[in-house]
Amino acid sequence: MSTPMLTAARPAATARPQQEADWVRYALTGAALFVIALFLILPLLTVLVEGLRKGWDAYFSALVEPNTLSAIKLTLIVAAIAVPLNTVFGVAAAWTIARFEFTGKNILLTLIDLPFSVSPVIAGLVYVLIFGAQGWFGPWLMEHDVKILFAVPGLVLATVFVTFPFVARELIPLMQEQGRDEEEAALSLGASGWQMFFKVTLPNIKWALLYGVTLCNARAMGEFGAVSVVSGHIRGLTNTLPLHVEILYNEYNFAASFAVASLLALLAVTTLIFKSVLEWKQQQDRRVAIEESVQ
Amino acid sequence: MKLKFHAALAALLIGASGVLHAADVKLLNVSYDPTRELYEQYNVAFAKYWKEKTGDNVTIQQSHGGSGKQARSVIDGLGADVVTLALADDIDAIADKSKLIAPDWLARLPKNSSPYTSTIVFLVRKGNPKNIKDWDDLVRKGVSVVTPNPKTSGGARWNFIAAWEYAKRKYGGEAQAKDFVAKLYQNVPVLDSGARGSTTTFVERGVGDVLISWENEAFLAVKELGPDKFDIVAPPLSVLAEPSVAVVDKNVQRHKTEAVAKAYLEYLYSDVGQDIAGKNYYRPSEEKFAAKYASQFPKLELFTIDSAFGGWKNATQKFFVDGAIFDQIYLK
Repeated sequence: MSTPMLTAARPAATARPQQEADWVRYALTGAALFVIALFLILPLLTVLVEGLRKGWDAYFSALVEPNTLSAIKLTLIVAAIAVPLNTVFGVAAAWTIARFEFTGKNILLTLIDLPFSVSPVIAGLVYVLIFGAQGWFGPWLMEHDVKILFAVPGLVLATVFVTFPFVARELIPLMQEQGRDEEEAALSLGASGWQMFFKVTLPNIKWALLYGVTLCNARAMGEFGAVSVVSGHIRGLTNTLPLHVEILYNEYNFAASFAVASLLALLAVTTLIFKSVLEWKQQQDRRVAIEESVQ
Repeated sequence: MKLKFHAALAALLIGASGVLHAADVKLLNVSYDPTRELYEQYNVAFAKYWKEKTGDNVTIQQSHGGSGKQARSVIDGLGADVVTLALADDIDAIADKSKLIAPDWLARLPKNSSPYTSTIVFLVRKGNPKNIKDWDDLVRKGVSVVTPNPKTSGGARWNFIAAWEYAKRKYGGEAQAKDFVAKLYQNVPVLDSGARGSTTTFVERGVGDVLISWENEAFLAVKELGPDKFDIVAPPLSVLAEPSVAVVDKNVQRHKTEAVAKAYLEYLYSDVGQDIAGKNYYRPSEEKFAAKYASQFPKLELFTIDSAFGGWKNATQKFFVDGAIFDQIYLK
């Protein structure tokens, strides 16, 4: 998982009298680049090359095929519900943890991390056990004709579960570091709670927040394991993009499968770029803040 | 949808159709792995037939996966109107565990509720470099065999059963059969969860020397991926695989789709349905079409699950429940 940028302000390490030999540096850099090329760049390129194997026409017709379109739509719907939910939750949780002392705080912190440590398949199965026809609430839901499992609500629940920690995890260290001085100052000058939040808290955390939301969104759109368990795999109805990629692959429709996969790859690249910009912005803000405090 | 509705409305106004209103009906067919192409074609034919017969527009939604896994999803509440699975036992599981299907379902449609049958054959690399002819060749040292996991895949269960019966007949006993399948599964490098997964493992990823496969799946792989890459080898003895179909009673009552779901399955036995099955390399159950497509299939001796094991219930208890023979030989 990405670590928050807490080390930015540290002065650069002074050069040691004895440098490593040049060949060590080159060998290590070369090895790192080789591994990155082999495991990260090559697969991404393969996706694109395979997707275009039958030409651009086939590529685009694969993307506008009705089942693909409905998979795109479903993926967007699921992300559009899950990401805002986890954003609100993440801010609330981070604020609670950074600003208040209470018993059970460490337990709460651990629980927020739970989805990172639980296999997504287990997350999906939990919902089957709760909402499945043989599960706790299944019979009642059946009777009242409420569909959760094998429908959009189930997909959203599973996605919310696996993307739960992203926003909170980005904010907690930052807010702990910033402390509550500025907020207290605002309150003592007569700001209301909401004024304080929008004028002081939010501007302070905006880049980290966007950073968390970006990661959360990427995972929400790309999640496979948990949604696979609760989806039911109904074509054109409950298949998200990653599930649709698998289906096309299983139907010997390799070019179309890689074409759709390239959409997800594109999402990944966009996320990376966005993430770098946000990191850069965050560091800039911090530098300005440090300069201001020095003056 | 809207367009279809307008078209229906226009037809109504012109008076071309005698019905008062055209309803839009949705049907969910939960099926196993290799039937994707079959039902893609069949659904179009059935929608046309149903439209002509009743004036209603029926949209059939499909879900595919390993047969056992699909049955589990239906038990857990996947709202299938009809299930078209790889073996009777998976439908029995739905009937037993969820009571969604009446226990007498097998007798409700002709031919044991199997509108088409198939068998288990071998798919090998072009030219058959490992010279695989019969079940014995699968237990040889150095032969890598691809087959799915019988815990989740119906096709895999048929594979297991066929190998077992072969060994039992040839080597004369249960103990010998157990040794034989144990040796066979030692040659299996990867167990996918469904038949289609195993096929892609074999044909796309190039794993293994031989794929134990549904006959229809083997034919399709050869057709889709090139006759210059694979050969089909039929062992002299195999199993008559009877994939079963059933209406999910409780679900169609809830969805009010009883009539259309019943007609959907019955139409599989019609001339159109049987022809589509034959074209997709299933063996049609009705004699007329069985004869028509006989020449495309290899000739081999087929035994039935009923004659060899007294039906799927017994076979499952004996081989595939937790701790039964498959677990004993595979976990060893």
